[in-house]
Amino acid sequence: MSTTVVNTGTEGKTWGGGNEPLKASYGKMMMWFFIVSDALTFSGFLAAYGFSRFKFIESWPIADEVFTHVPFLHGQELPMIYVAFMTFVLIMSSVTMVLAVDAGHKMNKTKVTWYMFLTIIGGLIFVGSQAWEWATFIKGDYGAIQTKGGNILQFVDTEGKRVALADFVVAEEKYRSEHERKNGLWFVQEGTLPTYTVDEVIKGLESHENVLVRTQVINEEGEKTVLSRAESLKQIKENGKAVVEGANLYVNEYGSPLFADFFFFITGFHGFHVFSGVVINIIIFFNVILGTYEKRKSYEMVEKVGLYWHFVDLVWVFVFTFFYLV
Amino acid sequence: MGHEHKLEILRGLVKFKSNTQKIWGVLILLSIVTAVEVALGIYKPEALMTQVLSMKLLNWIFIILTIVKAYYITWDFMHMRDETKALRRMVVWTAVFLICYLVFILLQEGGYIEGVYSTGFVKRDF
Repeated sequence: MSTTVVNTGTEGKTWGGGNEPLKASYGKMMMWFFIVSDALTFSGFLAAYGFSRFKFIESWPIADEVFTHVPFLHGQELPMIYVAFMTFVLIMSSVTMVLAVDAGHKMNKTKVTWYMFLTIIGGLIFVGSQAWEWATFIKGDYGAIQTKGGNILQFVDTEGKRVALADFVVAEEKYRSEHERKNGLWFVQEGTLPTYTVDEVIKGLESHENVLVRTQVINEEGEKTVLSRAESLKQIKENGKAVVEGANLYVNEYGSPLFADFFFFITGFHGFHVFSGVVINIIIFFNVILGTYEKRKSYEMVEKVGLYWHFVDLVWVFVFTFFYLV
Repeated sequence: MGHEHKLEILRGLVKFKSNTQKIWGVLILLSIVTAVEVALGIYKPEALMTQVLSMKLLNWIFIILTIVKAYYITWDFMHMRDETKALRRMVVWTAVFLICYLVFILLQEGGYIEGVYSTGFVKRDF
């Protein structure tokens, strides 16, 4: 009896077996497939953002009015500038990463070390900038009134320029103090009380003839609707329920709370990716210094973390567009 | 494993001498695109505010420029240009198809709900 030899007639062809049809190592291929799944996660978030925005298309906050700050330049309205800087930092660190990969192909340890180092620095600057962006957003700048229906009423002067609560409202002596854990019921506490009460805002509005209310509704010129003086007073008196300063997951002085929720969630998830990317880069950086890849005679690990790092940059390109530009 | 790189971008319009040179070239391209986006975002030219396919022309430009940037990051920084056709299609076609599907469904639904709200089923308090 002779052994059966199976001939499929596909030997030597791409998918005939016994070779690597994709010409990529297992690790690199799996990094690509992980990136596909992570890209789907992020597009899920961004599509959900688009969904909510389309749902409230007539009253969504205008990003140019929300992100106007640049560090060290107080009181100036400079939309886009800082976030453009952040984008450039991230693209730049992508460039140093790909240069590290390129140096790895040439087995140049010194260059890989330096480029990895620069990549890590770029990542840290980006995460730091994002933290600053968050802090500014949480702190808020003008303050607003939330109505019973959950809408946000902001204040402008007769020329349409924004007016901060501090410019026309005087804080009086309060009888209401913040409820802390140490007083009363130990398991109950509340958040920080706003600087002003609704009644103080009403008084301030009555005594300042040139202050008007601006609603969330976007008019035909693509700007927020400004109410007449009489209508302004009526809205605040009848519907004003709470003073909002800054933004958190429940209230948002810039408009719809959903905007703040998505901002925190999407940029937070992205920032977490950048953070973990920096950690992985640091690990690889030390491996490079220790000569691990020199001994292995291949810098492919640098290439794999490089893929992840570029992906983080890729996601930011989309976050930048959908949060700040569109 | 060989590390040969394809050094042409823009369909052969620009050909670089080395991989390092290509990286810097792509950086310049990405910076220009970002600068254009930022300039358009700050000045918002009135001519681009017309509605095209139920969205402002300016927003379409932003989205197209973003996809251009994504292409060069994936193709040149992530070396997709040098991978085999099969790997490239597994990654790119899968992602592009699923993302387009998801975005279409969600935006369609969002627009529908907005219609329900604005035709009076939900009353605003002002």
